[in-house]
Amino acid sequence: MKRSPSAAKPASPNAATLSGAEAIVRFLKDSGVDTLFGYPGGQVIPLYDALYDSGIKHILARHEQGAIHAADGYARTSGRTGVVIATSGPGATNLVTGLANAHMDSVPLVAITGQVPTTSIGSDSFQEADIYGISIPITKYNYLVKNPADLLDILAEAFYIASSGRPGPVLVDVPKDVQTAQIPYGPPAEVSIPSYNPSPQPHKEEVEALAAALSRSLRPIFYVGGGAVTTESAPEILRLAEESDVAVVSSLLAKGTFPDDHPLSLGLPGMHGAKYSNLAINESDLVVGLGVRFDDRVVGDVRRFAPLARVAHVDIDPAEIGKRLSVDIPVSGDLKLVLKLLLKLVKAKKRPAWRERVVKLKEEHPFVIPAAKGAIKPQAAIRAISEVANGEAVVVTDVGQHQMWAAQLIAAKKPRRFLSSGGLGTMGYGLPAAIGATLADPGVPVVLVSGDGGFQMNIQELATIRQYDLPVKIVISNNGCLGMVRQWQEFFFQKRYSQTIFPYNPNFAEIGQVYGIPSRRIADPGEVQAAVRALLETPGPGLLDVLVEPEENVLPMIPAGKGQTDFFEN
Amino acid sequence: MKKIISILARNRPGVLSHVAGLVTRRGYNVESIAAGPTENHAITRITLVVTGDAKVLEQVTKQFRKLVDIIKVDIVPHSLALTGELALVTVSAPPEKRSEILNLVGVLGVKIKNVGEDSLTLFISGSARSVDAAVKALYPFEIKSMARTGLVALPLEKGEEEED
Repeated sequence: MKRSPSAAKPASPNAATLSGAEAIVRFLKDSGVDTLFGYPGGQVIPLYDALYDSGIKHILARHEQGAIHAADGYARTSGRTGVVIATSGPGATNLVTGLANAHMDSVPLVAITGQVPTTSIGSDSFQEADIYGISIPITKYNYLVKNPADLLDILAEAFYIASSGRPGPVLVDVPKDVQTAQIPYGPPAEVSIPSYNPSPQPHKEEVEALAAALSRSLRPIFYVGGGAVTTESAPEILRLAEESDVAVVSSLLAKGTFPDDHPLSLGLPGMHGAKYSNLAINESDLVVGLGVRFDDRVVGDVRRFAPLARVAHVDIDPAEIGKRLSVDIPVSGDLKLVLKLLLKLVKAKKRPAWRERVVKLKEEHPFVIPAAKGAIKPQAAIRAISEVANGEAVVVTDVGQHQMWAAQLIAAKKPRRFLSSGGLGTMGYGLPAAIGATLADPGVPVVLVSGDGGFQMNIQELATIRQYDLPVKIVISNNGCLGMVRQWQEFFFQKRYSQTIFPYNPNFAEIGQVYGIPSRRIADPGEVQAAVRALLETPGPGLLDVLVEPEENVLPMIPAGKGQTDFFEN
Repeated sequence: MKKIISILARNRPGVLSHVAGLVTRRGYNVESIAAGPTENHAITRITLVVTGDAKVLEQVTKQFRKLVDIIKVDIVPHSLALTGELALVTVSAPPEKRSEILNLVGVLGVKIKNVGEDSLTLFISGSARSVDAAVKALYPFEIKSMARTGLVALPLEKGEEEED
């Protein structure tokens, strides 16, 4: 680093002297941050005082977890770094799930937490928690600011680290006396961290090896992940796939990067992926991971994943390459740079036989929504959302069965239009993330699909929606149980439904009304299409509580750790 | 397979927490970890002795490289490193055993740090192997307490980073 960590910046004669708190706010404004999420408390009063007339839009959540998931949804939708503020102790610990969630899914976030004064740290003061220590494993990097003179450089580093390379959450813990200390304000020095290289140049030989393998392959597949979203590589992937007839499967985080309705698209692979997607991987002779983790929910039994294929893996994070399964062609580097090189090296080549095979597999194994027998099929409600939204809305999910149905049935056409907690699988993510999405791009409609379990985990954020009149369209796939766990109990635990049925649930439509959100409950399969259309077409927030078939299962399913074609037959 | 991992890191508060935390979190076995300053006050050297198969070592090395503060990570073969370790060992030394222990002290080339009423505290230094051997030789006498620093290593060929 160019600066020495504790040297006070030489104040130019006209440098303003600000309190640490004012400097934070000024820094955020100067960095172009116009929206924050947070919740005040004792140790961030100076910071909130500085925010009071700052002109920055601060979204007051009703729980710090809601604030950080909202910042996450904002970041995923906009591509910008989400910012969240919480107080010390419980405020900070309430961020933990949100940090872990963003860390797993590589979402750029900066969390600023208040801390007890430096003089009190370590004495178990009121509302003191070692959030620095707690957050080490769930952040990309973290700081405890002990010296006010370091504050501005740390903030600059935090934003740089969060948003560069493989993005992730960075936490900055700011003791109250650092917030009140007077420091000279000046533009922070250019960030340079010699030990950190966020944009590694790909090795030419590695890319050439991949290009050669791709040219030789008869049945190539791209397996696209979140890295393609971060690096905005959708155009390059589309061009390469179309020029060379490469089939494309997408991880949950990449959904929409390659249009779901494209003839070469094979959708989501893995445990609850399309049968055609897994069968195609099983037949492929070259699987190329593009900014993806080869997650266990996709790969299953590593020995039986893509048995006929050589595996190539392009990733900016070398630690991902070879982590789960051994890779024949490793390519470490920035995905966009690799794809640009590949486009130069790979000669366009039509593969009509493979293209036909892909189309045929899709025809032979479509997703079939079973006909309703009395109760609404949850899949029907989700397909209705897809039809009405027509790829234009941001669809946000919670976690569970509805999430997998959404991954299967929502037709996404653009990146950053499908938000889901992929790695951590955080129930309660959906509602606040949808709040963040509405603020990222106010022109784009936002639909939340949630289950009745996850919805209740951050239900307090309905107040946030009402307060700011945020046009979140909420669809609750309400089966009165924890559907995914219940499904596992049905399949693998002899239907012993231990603690997965809710004998009591409130009426969510009535709850919505109490929060001032126009709400409706439906139970008749004939009502679904019109009710979903009305919800999406009515301006402002709205809630649709859809009573669905309680014992519906997500299929196809490959049980955990099983091979690629071990489809569970119920 | 036992390997020495030599790390150069930015000398920042918390860097040892980040390194040590990663080791336990990823389920690696560490025999020892030692940290201290280098010729450059802004840089810390951390030496770890870890066990695991080649795949595990590759992962642990990559995970270390990923840490923002880590400048360089070397897996150092024993043959390409200068290594050393220190140990302080207090052994029970009643009058009837004392001469036997002192005899051994001469053979092992260790120093006597403290002479107590019924005990001797010995200062052992050398390669990990010679410290092991000395400690083993002291087993027949009652070892009352012991502190070892863990191995420190200096790669012989500067700038030679083993490819992974």
